[in-house]
Amino acid sequence: MATPGEPMLRVDDIQVFYGNIHALKGVTLEIEKGEIVTLIGANGAGKSTTLNTISGLLRPRSGSIFYQGTDLLKVPPYQTVTLGLSQSPEGRKIFPRMTVKENLAMGAFSRPKQDLTADYERVFALFPLLWERRTQAGGTLSGGEQQMLAIGRALMAQPKLLMLDEPSMGLAPMLVEKIFEIIKEINSQGTTILLVEQNANVALEISHRGYVIETGSIVLSDNAQALLTNPQVREAYLGGA
Amino acid sequence: MEQLAQQLMNGLMLGCLYALIAVGYTMVYGIIELINFAFGELFMFGTFISIAMMVDTITLFGRPVPMPGLSFFLAVPIAMVAVAAMGVTIERLAYRPLRNAPRLAALISAIGMSIFLMNFSQAIFGSKQVFFPDVPIFTEAGLAKSLTIGGAQVTYLQLFVVFITVVAMVALNLFVQRTRVGRAMRASAQDKQTSALMGVNVNRVIAITFIIGSAMGALAGGLYGAVYHFARPDMGFFPGLKAFIAAVLGGIGNIPGAFLGGLVLGMIESLASAYLPMGSQYRDAFAFVILILLLSFKPSGLLGSTVSEKA
Repeated sequence: MATPGEPMLRVDDIQVFYGNIHALKGVTLEIEKGEIVTLIGANGAGKSTTLNTISGLLRPRSGSIFYQGTDLLKVPPYQTVTLGLSQSPEGRKIFPRMTVKENLAMGAFSRPKQDLTADYERVFALFPLLWERRTQAGGTLSGGEQQMLAIGRALMAQPKLLMLDEPSMGLAPMLVEKIFEIIKEINSQGTTILLVEQNANVALEISHRGYVIETGSIVLSDNAQALLTNPQVREAYLGGA
Repeated sequence: MEQLAQQLMNGLMLGCLYALIAVGYTMVYGIIELINFAFGELFMFGTFISIAMMVDTITLFGRPVPMPGLSFFLAVPIAMVAVAAMGVTIERLAYRPLRNAPRLAALISAIGMSIFLMNFSQAIFGSKQVFFPDVPIFTEAGLAKSLTIGGAQVTYLQLFVVFITVVAMVALNLFVQRTRVGRAMRASAQDKQTSALMGVNVNRVIAITFIIGSAMGALAGGLYGAVYHFARPDMGFFPGLKAFIAAVLGGIGNIPGAFLGGLVLGMIESLASAYLPMGSQYRDAFAFVILILLLSFKPSGLLGSTVSEKA
């Protein structure tokens, strides 16, 4: 259904406000099918705002968002996931009083009456810890486990485009590497990924391309290797020269 | 001994009626953190509409109007449907526009709705008490059919109230725990934004919650009418408040808690008014004493949430 030559997702000049605060000042970005694209930027630069606007939780004052030929601004927020667009939100946002299994079932809410056995198996294969915790309430999991659950839950929707908001936040370095390996694996299984990260180094290493966002505007866009060696980027986001 | 058994039976039935109304309070609070004070009035409409369906003529706006004269067992379900429709309409008009406003605004809107409904019913049905007809299957020659259990006179109607309440509570709990919509309800109660990301139409879930809560209130209204044989525009005030206390007592947001809270409250009220000196004069006060004690010693309620949550 997508027009040939069109990117999978095209965000064009979106302006987003929180009341009087101008949060996004014309963000434009594109994602091709099969890519891992990273959006890097400091706290408050507008990374999560961009993701939340794509998934429909926020509405831009102007600009457009097209996903596989569909005008996302005409789609109610709860229907974006049925189009194959799934988000693991900032701060994990798992359902604390539901079990791990129920959290995963909520991830597949947009796919009623489908057999989920294979999906559970896939998530438990990626995150064996979740299998051990499957009957535990989400709120009792550790931060890292919750992050795995949030990613697993987003996968249950069988997304074509998976948006991950700070998947490494608050995790031990060992776990960060593990999570990024898994993200790479999810991508190699055919899912396009839009990643938002402060941990720019690790994120760019697994990405194809990247965008740098500063105070609500995209200031730089390049392939990941070029960004990793770009002196300005190194200075600002990769911990100096 | 016989008196104790009798009071326990009365308390059990009263507790069931409170529990049915409390379910609405607890479910709505669980999902949008609003105390919908209008549930007491929806309960009252449940009684009035049941009467209207059961009689041959009723006075509406001061004029006699012919009515279908249906059986109690048809009249109450019709009242439940009508009141459920009222409940969603109220949500749509009085609460949804205030969803993102400070919580106090919605609470005041709820109190306003409650007062409006009370006056509205007075305009329709008049301010005088309206008689609730006998239900033939439960009466014999004008007297309630009953049997004796452990020395207590238990009417068929009391047994029916308890039976229907238990069935409704079990069904509701299964619905919330086992079904897709029920799961969406629990998810929305915990995090509305994330539920929307999962594909849940949160507005629809909230509307369903009001439908269920209002229908349960109307069911309580129909049963209450059959037991006490009257309807009056202000009849919902105390049962509504007490059901709210029952919901807090059980742990607000918790459906089994609402059932337990209702039963405990009904029993205490019944026993206290029978055994305490001057008890029956103060019967409406005990619920509030319980509320004060509860808020001082166990504000989360009997079955309140104890799951620790990591940020």
